[in-house]
Amino acid sequence: MTTTPELLPYGDRALLVELGSTSEALAYAAALRSGPPAAVGEVVPAARTVLVVAADGIGVAALRQALLEVSPATAGAASDDAALVEVPVTYDGEDLDDVASLTGLTPDEVVAAHTGQTWQVAFGGFAPGFGYLVGEDDRLHVPRRKQSRTAVPPGAVGLAGEYSGLYPRTSPGGWQLIGRTDAVLWDLQRQPAALLSPGVRVRFVRVDP
Amino acid sequence: MTRGLRVHASGPLSLVEDLGRPGHAGVGVGRSGAADRCALALANRALANDDGAAAIEVTLGGLEVEVLGDGLWLCVSGAPCPVAVDGREVGSHAVFFAEAGSRVSLGRPASGLRSYLAVRGGLDAAPVLGSRASDVLSGLGPEPLEPGAVLGVGAAGARFPHVDSVPQPDLQGEAVLRVVRGPRDGWVRDADALVRTTWQVSERSNRVGMRLAGEPLRPAREDELPSEGAWRGAVQVPPSGEPVLFLADHPVTGGYPVIAVVVDADVDRAAQLCPGQPVRFRWVDAP
Repeated sequence: MTTTPELLPYGDRALLVELGSTSEALAYAAALRSGPPAAVGEVVPAARTVLVVAADGIGVAALRQALLEVSPATAGAASDDAALVEVPVTYDGEDLDDVASLTGLTPDEVVAAHTGQTWQVAFGGFAPGFGYLVGEDDRLHVPRRKQSRTAVPPGAVGLAGEYSGLYPRTSPGGWQLIGRTDAVLWDLQRQPAALLSPGVRVRFVRVDP
Repeated sequence: MTRGLRVHASGPLSLVEDLGRPGHAGVGVGRSGAADRCALALANRALANDDGAAAIEVTLGGLEVEVLGDGLWLCVSGAPCPVAVDGREVGSHAVFFAEAGSRVSLGRPASGLRSYLAVRGGLDAAPVLGSRASDVLSGLGPEPLEPGAVLGVGAAGARFPHVDSVPQPDLQGEAVLRVVRGPRDGWVRDADALVRTTWQVSERSNRVGMRLAGEPLRPAREDELPSEGAWRGAVQVPPSGEPVLFLADHPVTGGYPVIAVVVDADVDRAAQLCPGQPVRFRWVDAP
């Protein structure tokens, strides 16, 4: 990130910061989290963009001015010391064989690829506590299932596109399911409620059923 | 006995709402809160509450509550509707007192969709992530009200109400919402069709989004847009070409292009549009 990213219009309360990749979006959001300018209210990272909403009482012109000061240098530093979470996974998902044939790997190699890299939560959405995780390489990039499931159980571990994700609660879903975890992904009695929030790094650890 | 309200009838949809839970979009929790924030704040100001005190958002009337424990000061704002205490009409947009044991009922609004029943002291439901807002998308916050539900009322503040009534909004006729072009206006062939078309509010609208029926907008591209952050007021165009205007409980990220965003103040007006009502948009420059 050497040039100032483009700031696209987003109504009278926000700006959409356009970046080149998920990792750039992650780094930009991390920079905003580590030292948010006073003009910044809410930060919503996503796949290639970060939506920045102005703080209450601040106009979008002042927000634009503040975002021009956000420096790429702070970005790299912020994402390196992100927390690391280990997530135990039983790899017995219904789509493990399909993922193997889609990727040209054996089921064991799929597991090795999933456990053998550090993932990072890029952004949230879909349901409270659901994180879109990006890995370090593209070995496990697979399309969504042709047929969505009406009910994916809580704890299911899935793959779709460039992401891996874990379902915090029963919900419909079209991701390829490769395993399940006992980790509590969302607990309102816990502080913070979400185990996985943007910037958190994740290692998956294989456990026996 | 605790001060509060017991629900006897809840109409099509009655929810506890405040001004929402900011700051959790990164973990998939939207802001939520009153669909018409101005209306909620107005009723609260009339009662000398904080603007964001929790109240009941009543969709299309039908709410009846019993005052428990002690008499309460109340005010109804938003969609103007008949308001009665034990059958005696007291009117909306007016501060009134209801004795313990009396019943307060809201009729169907003549115009507009959502009325707010606020109480001096504010409703005292258990907060979730700092807010008492009921979010129909994420399921966070108090359950939709059902007959039998009891809601506590908080302690009144040190300030006292000093008005008898507040202005009624004019929610009749065609609404024209101001909208800023972008960020993804290039993803439809003719974004100006958004402001040329008189849209009709679809029956399939709720607090998540208002669907608009009309001549569909035509996509300009075949590829898929990677997920982007979303905000209240965003006009998203799904593959059907019929736009969806995001309201209070919108998803925090979405995969369809947002071609325009309604000016924040006009989103409250949008939240008062009834299914079948016409709505138009007017371009304004980004500030």
